[in-house]
Amino acid sequence: MSALLEIRDLRKDFSGAAGPVTALEGIDLDVAEGELAVIVGPSGCGKSTLLNIVAGLEHGTGGEARIDGRPITGPGADRGMVFQSYTLFPWLSVRENVEFGLRIKGVPKDERAETARRYLGLVGLADFENALPKELSGGMKQRVAIARVLANQPRMLLMDEPFGALDAQTRLVLQELLLGIRAQERSTVLFITHDIDEAILLADNVYVMSRRPGRLKARIPVDIPRPRDHRVTVSADFAAVKARIMELLWEEITA
Amino acid sequence: MSTHPKASPAHRAGLALLSFAAVLAAWSAASYGGLVKDLFLPKPHSVLLAFADMHRDGILLSYTWDSVYRVMVGWSLAVAAAVPLGLFIATSRRGAAVCAPLIEFARYLPVVALVPLTLLYFGIGDGQKFAIIFLGTFFQLALMVADSVAAVPRDLGRAAATLGASRAQIYRMVLLPGALPGIMDDLRITVGWAWTYLVVAELVAANSGLGYMILRAQRFLAIDRIFAGLVLIGLLGLATDWLFKTATRLCVPWSEKVDA
Ligand SMILES: Nc1ncnc2c1ncn2[C@@H]1O[C@H](COP(=O)(O)OP(=O)(O)OP(=O)(O)O)[C@@H](O)[C@H]1O
Ligand SMILES: [Mg+2]
Repeated sequence: MSALLEIRDLRKDFSGAAGPVTALEGIDLDVAEGELAVIVGPSGCGKSTLLNIVAGLEHGTGGEARIDGRPITGPGADRGMVFQSYTLFPWLSVRENVEFGLRIKGVPKDERAETARRYLGLVGLADFENALPKELSGGMKQRVAIARVLANQPRMLLMDEPFGALDAQTRLVLQELLLGIRAQERSTVLFITHDIDEAILLADNVYVMSRRPGRLKARIPVDIPRPRDHRVTVSADFAAVKARIMELLWEEITA
Repeated sequence: MSTHPKASPAHRAGLALLSFAAVLAAWSAASYGGLVKDLFLPKPHSVLLAFADMHRDGILLSYTWDSVYRVMVGWSLAVAAAVPLGLFIATSRRGAAVCAPLIEFARYLPVVALVPLTLLYFGIGDGQKFAIIFLGTFFQLALMVADSVAAVPRDLGRAAATLGASRAQIYRMVLLPGALPGIMDDLRITVGWAWTYLVVAELVAANSGLGYMILRAQRFLAIDRIFAGLVLIGLLGLATDWLFKTATRLCVPWSEKVDA
C-alpha cells in the first residue's frame, strides 16, 4: 500500500533579492495514513516551505508531491493547516470560525452547528462558541484553529509550529490535547517544530532536516508506547532519542 | 489602542463641551468686551440671528441640503470606484504595476488646480461639484483601500484556502471583511476631504450651497452670515464623523479598535 503523502525528489528555488536561493533539495518523504510525522531542523532550513508545498500554497520547482496518489496542484480542504500565527477570522464567532470550511462545502446550517459544537467540545471550548476571537487567550485561539481544521475532516493535518507562540505550560496542555485528539480521530499529521521535546512526545517519526538547502538527513522512529503524556519526557527511552536528534541537529548548527 | 485610562462616555462628552464653552467664552469676551470690531468678529448672538435670517430667506435648509447632496453623490461615486480598484491593486501584482504609478501621479495634482478645467467641462452645476469631489477623493481612497486590504494578515487568506475556499470566496469571505475596519476609517477620512473640496468649488463658482452662501455674505460684508456658514460646516463635519464612528461600531464590533 502506498503512503497517503508521497514526496519524491522535491526541490524549491526562490528568486530572492540577493540572487536565487535553493530552499529545498532532494526531499523524499512518505507519510502513511494515520502517521504523525514531525520535522525538526535549524531555522531557515525550509520547513515551512516544505509544508506550504504540501498545503498547495507554494509550488515546488522540481520533483513531485502527491496526496492519495494525486499530484498536489493547489490548496484544498483535504489538507487543513494550523499556523503559528493566530488565523481565526476576527469577525466570526468561535463557532462560525469552526463552521467556515463546512459553510464553503455547503453543509446545511443545523448540521454545521452540530459538527462545530462537537469539535469545540473535543478541544475543551464548548462554552465559548459565541465568543469572539478577541476575547480568547492565545492557547484558546489555537484550540479553535485545531477544531476548525478537524471539523473539515481533512485527509491530513498540517501544523507549522502551532504552539510556537504559547508559554511552556499552555504548550504542554495543547500537546497532550493533540495526542488525545489524534488517538480518537486517527488523523494523519505533518507537524513542524523547533522544540525537540515536543517532536519526540508527539511523533511516530521525527525527520531531521539539514541546513539550507534543506534535505531530510535522518528519520528517527520514536517507539515510546502510546498513550503518551508529559511524563514520558523524563524517561530513559526519551532521553536516548533526544540525544540522537540533538547530535544530528548540532552538526547542522555548528557545521 | 490607547494606554490612557478609559474615560466614560459622559465624561468625554463633558470634556468636549468644556472645550467648546472655552472657545465661546473667549469669543464673547473679545466681541462683547469690544476688543475686536464687529466688522471682523461678529457677536455670538448676531450669528444666531443670522441663522434665523437665513432660515427666513429660505436658503438655510436648501443650501445645506444642496451641499450635503453634492458631497453624498460625488463621494459615493468615488467610493464605488475606489473600493474595487483598491482591492484589485492590493491583490494583483499586475494590477498594482499598472494602476499604482498612475494614481500616485494623479494624487499629487492639487484638485483645486482642476477647478477651472472642470468648470470648462461641466459648467457650474452639480456635475462639476461631483467631478471635483470625485477627483479629490478617488485616487487617495483607492490607495488607502489597497493599504487596508494589504494589511489583512496573509495567513488569514491562506488558512481559508486550506479550508477549501476558492479565490473568489477568499475575496468575499476574508479580504473584504478583514479590511472593513480599515476601509471604514478610510471612508471617514475621505468624506471630510470631500467637504473641503466642495466648499472650495462652491466658493469659486456656484449658485447655491454653503460655500456660495459664505461667498455672498462676504460680498455684502455680512460677517455674521460668514460665521454662521462656518459654524454650520463645522457642525455638519462633527455629525458626519459621529455617524461614521457609530456605523463602525455597528458594522465591525469584532474589531480590536472597538471596545468590547
Ligand atoms: N518567498 C520567498 N522568497 C525568497 N526566499 C524565501 C521565500 N520564502 C522563504 N525563503 C527562503 O527559504 C528558506 C527557507 O525558509 P522557510 O521559511 O521554509 O524556513 P523555516 O525552516 O520554516 O524557518 P523557521 O524555522 O525560522 O520558520 C529561507 O532561507 C528563506 O529565506
Ligand atoms: Mg517556518
